[in-house]
Amino acid sequence: MSEVLILGEVKEGSLNLRTLELLNIGKNLAKDLDGEFSVVLIGDELLAAASEALSYGPDKVFKVEHALLNNFNADLWLESLQQIVKQINPKIFLMSLSFIGMELGPRLACRLDTRLTTDCIDLSINPTKGPGEDGLLLRTKPVSGGNAISVFKCPGVPQMATMRGNVIKPAEAAESQGKIVDIVPKIDESLIRVESLEIVKEDIIALDKADVVIAGGAGLGDEDGFEILEDLTRVLNKSFNNVMIGCSRVAVDKGWVSPDHQVGLTGTIISPDIYIAVGISGAIQHLVGMVQSKKIIAINSDSGCNMFKVADYGIVEDYETIIPLLVDKLEELS
Amino acid sequence: MKEINIIVCAKQIPDPEAPLSDVSVDAENKEVIVDAPLVINPFDENALEAALQIKEEMDAKITVLSLGKKVSDTVLRKTLAAGADELILLEDNAFEKLDSHSVACVLADAIRKIGEYDLVLTGRQAGDWDSGQVGLILGELLEIPCISLAREISITDRSVVVKKSHPEGYERVKTKMPALVTVSNEVGELRYISRMKMLKMLKGAASISSWNSGDFDLAREKLMETQIVELLSPSDMGRDCEFIEGAAPDEQAEKLAAVLTGLR
Repeated sequence: MSEVLILGEVKEGSLNLRTLELLNIGKNLAKDLDGEFSVVLIGDELLAAASEALSYGPDKVFKVEHALLNNFNADLWLESLQQIVKQINPKIFLMSLSFIGMELGPRLACRLDTRLTTDCIDLSINPTKGPGEDGLLLRTKPVSGGNAISVFKCPGVPQMATMRGNVIKPAEAAESQGKIVDIVPKIDESLIRVESLEIVKEDIIALDKADVVIAGGAGLGDEDGFEILEDLTRVLNKSFNNVMIGCSRVAVDKGWVSPDHQVGLTGTIISPDIYIAVGISGAIQHLVGMVQSKKIIAINSDSGCNMFKVADYGIVEDYETIIPLLVDKLEELS
Repeated sequence: MKEINIIVCAKQIPDPEAPLSDVSVDAENKEVIVDAPLVINPFDENALEAALQIKEEMDAKITVLSLGKKVSDTVLRKTLAAGADELILLEDNAFEKLDSHSVACVLADAIRKIGEYDLVLTGRQAGDWDSGQVGLILGELLEIPCISLAREISITDRSVVVKKSHPEGYERVKTKMPALVTVSNEVGELRYISRMKMLKMLKGAASISSWNSGDFDLAREKLMETQIVELLSPSDMGRDCEFIEGAAPDEQAEKLAAVLTGLR
């Protein structure tokens, strides 16, 4: 029996990074439960992705192919997933907190009459030996703007969670002894309640793909401050991949930068390798968006500001003084 | 076209723009204590704004629903000052600490009591426990079409067309009403309310009702509290900041450059 099942996501024929992260945590949970670990993939042409998933060592890859599933349609995917999860009957079912997982997670949990915990940063199994130990899934997530970390457990089967991206390591290739199992969902067009009219592509900054984010806030004083941050972006781009500009809500409200740059509760929640906060005091709603970054560097003229409490490195100085000097030093080093 | 009935679900939460120092964790009682004024969840304000934009275009009645152990009518009166027609407060001791599914159950039962509705709007998520579930579960419980992450909502005939956020840009989708739509911040901030209007609304008589669990047909057996195993305090998340000092900014910049190079 599959104890742990994850929903894999396929982009341009191969598994995305979020799926590799789920493969890692799912496999570990299955090991702790001493049970089978499986992956479900949904789409229309999945053979290559299913073989790729198998190379990470799950026991089974359920390949759910249907011509109607070629693009993501929530109504059809939800119905398919409901049928599959009922059939496989796992103890734990995981998705990533992606566009797909955000929409399907709560709706699927409701249809299966179970409970979901969203945006988890860690999952583990409560032991079964001692008092109060019930073998249930423990779900760790940041709450109240990341100012507290809460560990939840919930009734209902399957135990469902969505995982935040970039907080766990992706899986590594493993010995592959599993098999691919085909499942055909019973769906038709009559299930579509929300019709897609068009998808319009926009040139948006995908902050969640950044390795380094240089973010500016109210402390920059004006729009020109972002030009100084751009200089730093340019020089860091020589040493790092995907260096992007972020900002706090204030900077968007003042019209200094466009909303796709905003980090925080009402913007993007990210955990890049390096987060450089410049002139950001650290309101709750901003911290939730970046507190999980691997290294945080704060530059602020106010030594008492909150950002220093969550930072690994801090410089108390005017950014207009320090950043041009930093750019020069980095130029010399690169 | 006849008047359309819009229900907006709004939650009151401690101000998410408050500084970190206003937050403390009571690990023993597993409670987060936020010493900040209560406000309406910003995303729910966006949902109300979306409703008001629809009301500008056509005949519409906006009913705001808010649930809690105790809901502050002074906080929620802002919705009436902004242009909502009716406010229903769902207050009961049994509504404390409910999990997302249970909150959606109470809202669904209250909406069934209201009876007629065309559109239910919620914020895409709340600013305190950040779960992002209530709206979508509510749509499932009411068995109506759900659309998430709306940036723009328009109504034509008996259909609702929504421009929703999409990883590659946006998607335009369409469904028949009644429907549930969760609203994102791109809809725009709640319109400005003049001080005079606000004061008048705070003092004057207003269309506000308060329902407790006895006032509507509520499936109480379905209500469950969130089970918190452990709550870790912010000190566990805070980091020991190493302040980079120097005789002059030049020296600080040099040291930071070395740190960054080391992280490469």
